[in-house]
Amino acid sequence: MNLSRREFLQLLAVAAAQGMPMAANNAYAAAHAGSLYDLGKARGNVTLMHMTDCHAQLLPSHFREPDINIGIADARGRVPHLVGEALLKKFGIRPGTRDAHAYTHLDFVNAARTFGKVGGFACLATLVKQIRAQRPGALLLDGGDTWQGSATALWSNGQDMVEAALLLGVDIMTGHWEFTYGAKRVEQVINSDFKGHIEFLAQNIRTTDFDDPVFRSYTLREINGAPVAIIGQAFPYTPISNPRHLVPDWTFGIQEERLQQAVDEVRRKGARAVVLLSHNGMDTDLKLASRISGIDAILGGHTHDAVPQPIMVKNRLGSTMVTNAGSNGKFLGVLELDVRGDGVKSSHYRLLPVFANLIKPDAGMSALIRKHRAPYEKTLGEKLAVSEGLLFRRGNFNGSFDQLILDALLETQNAEIAFSPGFRWGTSILPGEAITTEDVMNMTAITYPHVTVNTISGENLKNLLEDICDNLFNPDPYYQQGGDMVRVGGLQYACEPGQRIGNRINDLRLNGKVVEASKNYRLASWAPVAEGASGEPVWDVVTRYLRDKKVIRPPVLNRPKLTGTAGNPGIAT
Amino acid sequence: MKKNRRSFLHFAGGAGAVFIAAATGLLKTGIAWSAPWNKNAFEAKAVAETLKGLGASNLIDSKDISITAPDIAENGAIVPVAVTSRIPNTQSIAIIAEKNPFPLAASFDILAGADSYVSTRLKMGQTSDVRAIVKADGKFYTASKEVKVTVGGCG
Repeated sequence: MNLSRREFLQLLAVAAAQGMPMAANNAYAAAHAGSLYDLGKARGNVTLMHMTDCHAQLLPSHFREPDINIGIADARGRVPHLVGEALLKKFGIRPGTRDAHAYTHLDFVNAARTFGKVGGFACLATLVKQIRAQRPGALLLDGGDTWQGSATALWSNGQDMVEAALLLGVDIMTGHWEFTYGAKRVEQVINSDFKGHIEFLAQNIRTTDFDDPVFRSYTLREINGAPVAIIGQAFPYTPISNPRHLVPDWTFGIQEERLQQAVDEVRRKGARAVVLLSHNGMDTDLKLASRISGIDAILGGHTHDAVPQPIMVKNRLGSTMVTNAGSNGKFLGVLELDVRGDGVKSSHYRLLPVFANLIKPDAGMSALIRKHRAPYEKTLGEKLAVSEGLLFRRGNFNGSFDQLILDALLETQNAEIAFSPGFRWGTSILPGEAITTEDVMNMTAITYPHVTVNTISGENLKNLLEDICDNLFNPDPYYQQGGDMVRVGGLQYACEPGQRIGNRINDLRLNGKVVEASKNYRLASWAPVAEGASGEPVWDVVTRYLRDKKVIRPPVLNRPKLTGTAGNPGIAT
Repeated sequence: MKKNRRSFLHFAGGAGAVFIAAATGLLKTGIAWSAPWNKNAFEAKAVAETLKGLGASNLIDSKDISITAPDIAENGAIVPVAVTSRIPNTQSIAIIAEKNPFPLAASFDILAGADSYVSTRLKMGQTSDVRAIVKADGKFYTASKEVKVTVGGCG
C-alpha cells in the first residue's frame, strides 16, 4: 500500500483523535480516585510495598495481559495459569470493571480507551508517597527488571532508571535484566549510586571460581519495632536465558539449600518475619514455597503474572504466601503483616492497579523523567507508521507486535523462516495509533539486539523448537525459564504442550510443504546469546520496515496448532 | 562484593577428608590418585556396561545420597556436581552422566573415617540424569537427578 505524505498525516490525525480519553472518563476517574488507593485501617505493624518487572516504563502505557498462558501437569487450571473469564471467576472480579481490565485481555481496546493508561513512575511516586503517609515505616521492594525495556534506559546504560528508583525511594532490590548491562555496570551502580540508599540482595549468585557470594543474601530491618528479614533471589537462569558472556564470572541457580540456610540464619538472628524478594517466576516460587520452611511471604516477579490474591503453600513447618505483581509498572503490591514476638499473626495483601488518570503525577518525578528524555524527545516521538490493529506481545505464543517483527525479518533478510524471542515485556499499541520510535524500542531495547541469518537443517529446527518449548512446558517448574515460546514466522507447526521434550513439536511445514530433516533452511532471528555475535540492531530493521509500509494492517498471527489443550482455562475461549 | 578467597582456603584446609578428583569420562587423566584405573567401567559406552564394570548389581534406591547439581546447566562443558553419602561405611562414590558417550564421569574411593562427600565438574553434551552409585558394606546404592542442558536464549 502506497500512501502520500498528506494521507499519512491525515491518518495520524485520526489516530490522535481516537487515542483521546473521553471527558466522561475523567469525571469517572475523579469520583473513584480516592477509594481505590485509600488503604483504610492498618492490618498490622509492618507494610511492604512491592513493584517488579516495570521494564523501564517511566511513562504510563497500555499493557495487554495474555489470552493464552497454559498450565500443564500440576499447574493446569491453577493460578497463574488462568486467563480472561477464568481468572475473573477465580478471583471474583466483575467483568467490565477497572479491575477486569487490569487483570485480563478482555475487550482490551475498548477498556483501554475507557480506563486509560496504566503505570508510569510519576503516578507510581505519588502512590508510594500516599502509602507511606498511611503506613509509616513502609518499605519499598523492587523485584528487578527495572533497568531494561526502553530506549532511554538502554541509551543511558540504565542510568535513568537508577535515578528514578532512587527518587521513588526503593529500599531493597534484586535483579535479572540488570545483569545484561554487564557485571561491571551492576557493581558500579551498587557501589556508587545505590550506596547507602538501595540494598541489592541475591542469595543465589556466587563467583564461579571460589564460590564466594557476590551480593549480600539478606538484610535485617526493624519496622515499627518488629524485626523483619528480607532475602533476595535473583533470576536463577540469567546466564542461560541471557548472554553468559555479560556475567562470565558469576554462577546463579535456584540454590535451595543456601536459601534454607539463609532463612535459618535470619531466624536465629531474631527475625520474626521472613520475606523472600524473588525473581524466580511464579511457578518456581510455588514449588520453592513447598520445599523451604520458615518464609512467611514470597513477593515474586519474572513471569509477569498479575495475581490479585496470594496463594498459600503448605510446607514442613507451616505455610508460605506466594504473590506475583505483574509487569510494566501496572501494579503496586501492598503486603501488611501483623508481626508479634512469636512471628506473623496475620497478613493482608492487595495488588493495586496503577491507573494513570486516577493519580496526580508527582512533580519531582515528572521533572526527572523530563530531564532524561529531553535529549531524545524528538527521536522518541518520530511517527514511523500507523497501526490499524492492536499491537501487543504477551502470551505463550505469538503476539501481534512480534508478528510485525517477524514480517519485517522475513521481508528484509532474505530468509524463509524468522524467529523472535518469547519475551514477556513490551507495551501495547491501540488500533489507529501511531507507532513511534519509542514504541519500537519498548519492544526491542536490549544490549544484544543483533539480527542474524543462519542456515539450519530441518532436524535442528525441530530440536531447537523442542528445546525452547521445554523451557516453557516442562512439568517441573525448576526446569522452566519463565519466558514464552519463541515467535515463529514463515513456518507452521503443531504443538502438544502436555508431551515430553522431543514429542511436543510436530508437523513442521513451510508454505504447506513438510519440513525435511536433512534439508537446510534460512532462518533470521535476533537477540543472539553467543559471544561475538554481530548484525544490524533489530530496531533498525523494524524502523525501516515501518517507514516503508506507513500503514500496518492488523498482523495475521502465526500461532501453532495446539493439541491436547481443549478446555484448558489457560486459553481464552 | 569482594571475592573472599580466605574463607575458601579456610574451608579447603578444614576439609582434609575430602578428595576432589576431576575426571570427565572422556579423558583418562583425572582419576583419583588412590584408585586403580577401572578400564572396563570408564571405557563403557552404555550405562548397563558401566555398572557391570563397577561391579554394581542389585542397585538399591537411597534417600541417604544427596546430589547437588544445577537443574539447568549454565555451561554443559563444566557442570558442577557434588555427591554426599550418609550411608554408613561408604567405600566408594561413582558419578554417571547417563547420556554421555562414556557415561562414567568419575569414581572415588572413600577411605575409612573420611567424609563421604565428593565434588567435581562434568562435561555433558545433552540433558541427562546424573546418577550416583555408592558402595557401602559391599552393597550398591543409587540416586539420580536430571540436569538439563539447553541452548538458552529467550528470557
